[in-house]
Amino acid sequence: MQGFLLLAFSLVTTAHAEFCRPDAQNAFKVRLSLKTALGDNAYAWDASEEYLFKAMVAFAMRRYSSQKTTQISNVLLCNVTDRVSFWFVVTDSSKNATTVPRGEVEAAIRMTRNRINNAFLLNDRTMQFLKISSTLSPPTEPSVPIWLVVFGVVFCLIVAGIIFLIVSGIQQRKKNNKEPAETENLEEKCEATVTIENGMPCDMLNLKTGQINGGYAADDERFTPL
Amino acid sequence: MPKALPAGMLPEVLKEDDRPKWDNKFQYILSCIGFAVGLGNVWRFPYLCQIYGGGAFLIPYFIALIFEGIPLLHLELAIGQYLRRGSVGIWSTISPYLGGVGIASMVVSFVVGLYYNTILCWVLWYFFNSFQDPLPWSTCPLNENRTGLIEECRASTPVNYFWYRRTLNVTTDITESGTTQWWLVLCLAAAWAVVYLCTIRGIETTGKAIYVTAFFPYLVLTVFLIRGLTLPGAVDGLVYLFTPNLNILKNPRVWLDAATQIFFSLSLAFGGLIAFASYNPPKNDCEKDAVTVAVVNSITSLYASIPIFAVLGFKATTSYWDCLDRNIISIINAFDLPEQSILRDNYTTWFESLNSEYPDRIASLKLKRCNLQEFLDQSASGTGLAFIVFTEAIILMPGSQVWAILFFVMLFSLGLSSMFGNIEGVFTPLMELNLIPKSVPKEAISGVICLISFASALCFTLRSGSYWLHVFDSYAGSLPLLIISFFEVTAVAYVYGIKRFSDNIKWMTGRQPNLYWQVMWKIISPLLMLTVFLAFVSIQVQKQPTYGAWNPEYEEKLYPGWVVAICALLAALPSICIPAVALYHLIKRVGLGGQVLETI
Repeated sequence: MQGFLLLAFSLVTTAHAEFCRPDAQNAFKVRLSLKTALGDNAYAWDASEEYLFKAMVAFAMRRYSSQKTTQISNVLLCNVTDRVSFWFVVTDSSKNATTVPRGEVEAAIRMTRNRINNAFLLNDRTMQFLKISSTLSPPTEPSVPIWLVVFGVVFCLIVAGIIFLIVSGIQQRKKNNKEPAETENLEEKCEATVTIENGMPCDMLNLKTGQINGGYAADDERFTPL
Repeated sequence: MPKALPAGMLPEVLKEDDRPKWDNKFQYILSCIGFAVGLGNVWRFPYLCQIYGGGAFLIPYFIALIFEGIPLLHLELAIGQYLRRGSVGIWSTISPYLGGVGIASMVVSFVVGLYYNTILCWVLWYFFNSFQDPLPWSTCPLNENRTGLIEECRASTPVNYFWYRRTLNVTTDITESGTTQWWLVLCLAAAWAVVYLCTIRGIETTGKAIYVTAFFPYLVLTVFLIRGLTLPGAVDGLVYLFTPNLNILKNPRVWLDAATQIFFSLSLAFGGLIAFASYNPPKNDCEKDAVTVAVVNSITSLYASIPIFAVLGFKATTSYWDCLDRNIISIINAFDLPEQSILRDNYTTWFESLNSEYPDRIASLKLKRCNLQEFLDQSASGTGLAFIVFTEAIILMPGSQVWAILFFVMLFSLGLSSMFGNIEGVFTPLMELNLIPKSVPKEAISGVICLISFASALCFTLRSGSYWLHVFDSYAGSLPLLIISFFEVTAVAYVYGIKRFSDNIKWMTGRQPNLYWQVMWKIISPLLMLTVFLAFVSIQVQKQPTYGAWNPEYEEKLYPGWVVAICALLAALPSICIPAVALYHLIKRVGLGGQVLETI
């Protein structure tokens, strides 16, 4: 009896070692970055966490093909390092001494990736399944690009400003056109009565502005002070 | 054409009511400062400081300011204020043979306005895109089947991809024009609409707009200064910027670049400053104004370089830390070491010990060498600084949308206040050429100017547009200005006469310009302008002109022959106006003389 148990045990361990080793066929490497993801709240990676991982992978396999009755014991883990990284492989419960093909495991993990990540409070970056590509989330594109909306608002404001200035300019010009028309009427009446002296109207000579002959007024110092 | 003024005669005072006026002196000073302070103060001066030995660059910069900048500025403001005309009127008044100088100024103002506003169109595009979370230049977009990122973006950086592909959609060669990009056409229309809105009635409207566009950049620079100085690595950036390296002064290129930087920074020879000064009351202290504007311009350059370099220092430090972190992750993953066993501080010790034990494995990881100095050395100026380097830094700051919006509005106001001067440099001479009947309202004229400029600038919205903009910037906006300025200063000093000019200034300001001004105008400035011009030309012709094409890596390419011909044309066309108009007047005079002889 004991011999039989010993034999069974050794068979299991050798099978374990045969299926699960680095770069084995159908095996995947997993790398976790707990401290990066959780900082001070990072939990330690121990046997219980490994058990949860095996459970999640088994769950993924069950979800993927509901006929398969994958047990937790079918998921083999090995080579756990301090990093934390390890290799795992899923054995086929229906067929003896074989592992589930790579493609199936990959598809199963991809389907339930979100659930697996959440179970460990990690994301695609901090829980890496090497050589399993993750589906990138589609960007949320609004129907009208945001920049076009901002452009529309700004452009409408500018056009409103331009129209306002043009209209006010036209109104100003209309007002100005009315006033000179009134002053012109006055000037026509006064024209006959303007006296001319030396070619310049007398009124202009009385104004403070006018033509100053620079040759005489430039230097105040030429005139002796009183 | 008006005759040259005899000595001592004042300009016609009767026409004073017709000419527009500034509401107050402050508007005038702000307009001059706004015109002088532009994008170059923010993205060219800090770059020059960085590559030319930091604090040591300030020495040739201030020497150029004293010997070249302030005298030429005073000259333009004084002559504009006294003769009370735009650039065409002024030079025609001094001598009809020099009328071409004014026309050359007008042409240069128009051409520079074309490409300057295109840069503002790019700024607007980035501004419109800054209202998204996350910013569109922070991540690469996904490819069509959503398995990964777009290849072009992955090979380069998201910021580069957004600038070269999503904004410019640039071709790999200047000869491949492609089509106009509709989004750039929309932004260009918006940019020209803003310019039209502000310049619709000349200084009446720009005088009001300048209060906002001149002050806002200082406000934003201060905010960025405070934010920048609190970022990690800011001090490294500032130390790197200002550490003087006096050996650099032996390189004549430094002096040339300082002289050209002062010259282009003060926006001389555009005719805009002359136009601004001509709207002043005649008795105004132009000497104080000139010194004020020049000093404020230089101080703004210095003030702007501090937050720019604080942010660049932050960016370099963050890139350096990223580089270290990536190496650390590679090593930890390869050797299955526990997380956070290697930190940035002890990276080098770990690396050395592992390298000595397992050199093959370390070599297979292909780790990059991380050197902070290398990241600090990555300098950029011009559009590269604003749209690539700075936007990358903005993504790293918390609250990036706010910083992006502030930054691009600041760039837009800086550029807009300079555009006012450009448009004024086209508008005022155009009125003086008497080509347009007086009954046409100002709104229509400025509208036509903006419309023609918008239509002409559509060539910059082509896929090869940014290459053409670089051509225009290098050839149309540089050489002709030096030539015009040389003719300006010799015209005033030798044709108009320094004695008469000094008397005019005495009439305006109440005191005779002292020996410094006389020496500068008569001897130093013309000589300096000639030297700068000759040095500039000799450097340009020494090597074949090249441009940096994007494919998607920078690639230096030579301009094909026909493009070089266009470059030469752009530089020659405004300058040709000067001898062309002189020749025209000579022929007219000879023709008239011939007619007089016939009648005798």
